[in-house]
Amino acid sequence: MSPQPVDTVKGFAVTFRQLFKKPITQQYPEYKRPLYPRFRGRHRLHRHENGLEKCVGCSLCAAACPADCIRVVAAENTPDDRVSAGERYARIYEINMSRCIFCGYCELACPFDAITLGNEFELSEYSRDDLIYTKDMLLAEPIKRVPIQDPSLYDTPIPYYKEHS
Amino acid sequence: MNNGEPWWISLIKAAILVNLVMLAFAYTTWLERKLLGRMQNRYGPNRAGPFGLLQPIADLIKLIRKESFFPVAARDGIYILAPVVSLFTALAAFAVIPFGAGWQISHYHVNGEMANVSIGLILIFALGSIGVYGAIVGGWASESKYSLLGSMRTCAQLVSYEVSLALSVLGVVLMGQSLNLPAIVDKQGATIWFFIPQLAGMLVFFFAVIAETARPPFDLPEADTELVAGYHTEYGGMRWGLFQTAEYINMITLSALAVTLFFAGWHGPYAPLGPLWFLLKVFLLVSFFIWIRASVPRLRYDQLMRFGWKVLLPVATVNAVITALLVVWVS
Repeated sequence: MSPQPVDTVKGFAVTFRQLFKKPITQQYPEYKRPLYPRFRGRHRLHRHENGLEKCVGCSLCAAACPADCIRVVAAENTPDDRVSAGERYARIYEINMSRCIFCGYCELACPFDAITLGNEFELSEYSRDDLIYTKDMLLAEPIKRVPIQDPSLYDTPIPYYKEHS
Repeated sequence: MNNGEPWWISLIKAAILVNLVMLAFAYTTWLERKLLGRMQNRYGPNRAGPFGLLQPIADLIKLIRKESFFPVAARDGIYILAPVVSLFTALAAFAVIPFGAGWQISHYHVNGEMANVSIGLILIFALGSIGVYGAIVGGWASESKYSLLGSMRTCAQLVSYEVSLALSVLGVVLMGQSLNLPAIVDKQGATIWFFIPQLAGMLVFFFAVIAETARPPFDLPEADTELVAGYHTEYGGMRWGLFQTAEYINMITLSALAVTLFFAGWHGPYAPLGPLWFLLKVFLLVSFFIWIRASVPRLRYDQLMRFGWKVLLPVATVNAVITALLVVWVS
């Protein structure tokens, strides 16, 4: 390639023009881009409408998990202590979020739709131990920190971040 | 040599100047990140303080608090000394740059420069050459192959471009008929700003300055995206910070030198604003260097060497010879 001085000068004009444009950066903690409906975030365990857990402790999710981050220990349901709708329930259900790769295979493997991948992605902790999510944590309603796609709130002509930066 | 300036005035001036240069360095990094950001449709630093103005201070605190990493194999004495040498030469070179006409404060005369050295221009180049030792020795003393290779690249580049740098200002020296920077500035104020008759010299000087300060597109010593880090691979924390400081201060010093040699230093339309004109010109030049960084991709190593030896050096030589002939012919 021979030197192309004219094109180089044109390049300078291009960069200079950008100076007067509004940056397109989204200011993250203030503005959280709405997630797509099929986004794979942190897992959730679900219950039936009558309050029984959907999970029957079959460990298929653990078998499907390529990162080997799910640990299930099942126990028998008894008439006095009925936890799930099936014969057995998950006495211990733990997901190690520091290993999880969010592939969603557990979701596919589950025969009862007991586990799904939710919308949460802000999972940072100061300790590895805090990244092991127990059954209670997975069953609980997540604190709503992440906007799910909600056009009326976030997909406005002038989003929050454009006004405040 | 000091034009009757008492030594304590020089001392106060030195303290102020060193701190001003350090401040200028800090905000050059801010300006660079901000301008680069805007040219790439980003914001640049905008978290620390209004408009990210406290970012340099935050960076400084971060660097100082970092562990003083020290490779086991490194030669300890020179390893620690190398960044210090780099920074010292970068700072010391600023001493001979004139930034004003000089002032009469009560009955003391304050010079417009730190040291009125009769061979100021040569002093700057000499200090620059010593500064190269910082890079070479720093890479070598790290006892790491990456550092050593990096310092070899740096060494080859800086030595090649120093030749063109020195030759490109020869025309200015011939026209100003002095190696003393204040005299060159005065000559420009009395006649014509030298970038007009010395356009070729100025262009060569610019290219050589970019290569000397290892700025993109000639930033092969570091080449962030391709190499680990060049000669300062094994440096971390504030020692790395010193190298970085030296690099930016070199850029500021050489911009100031360009202003002195080609743009008449502190001369401007309204004389009492002397130092402000100087500051404005240096600011514009530094911004220009940042603009270049945003616009031009990095050269390949063979392109860099070919450009230095086959384009810049002949142009600088021919420019110097023609200027010499014209100066003799006119006088």
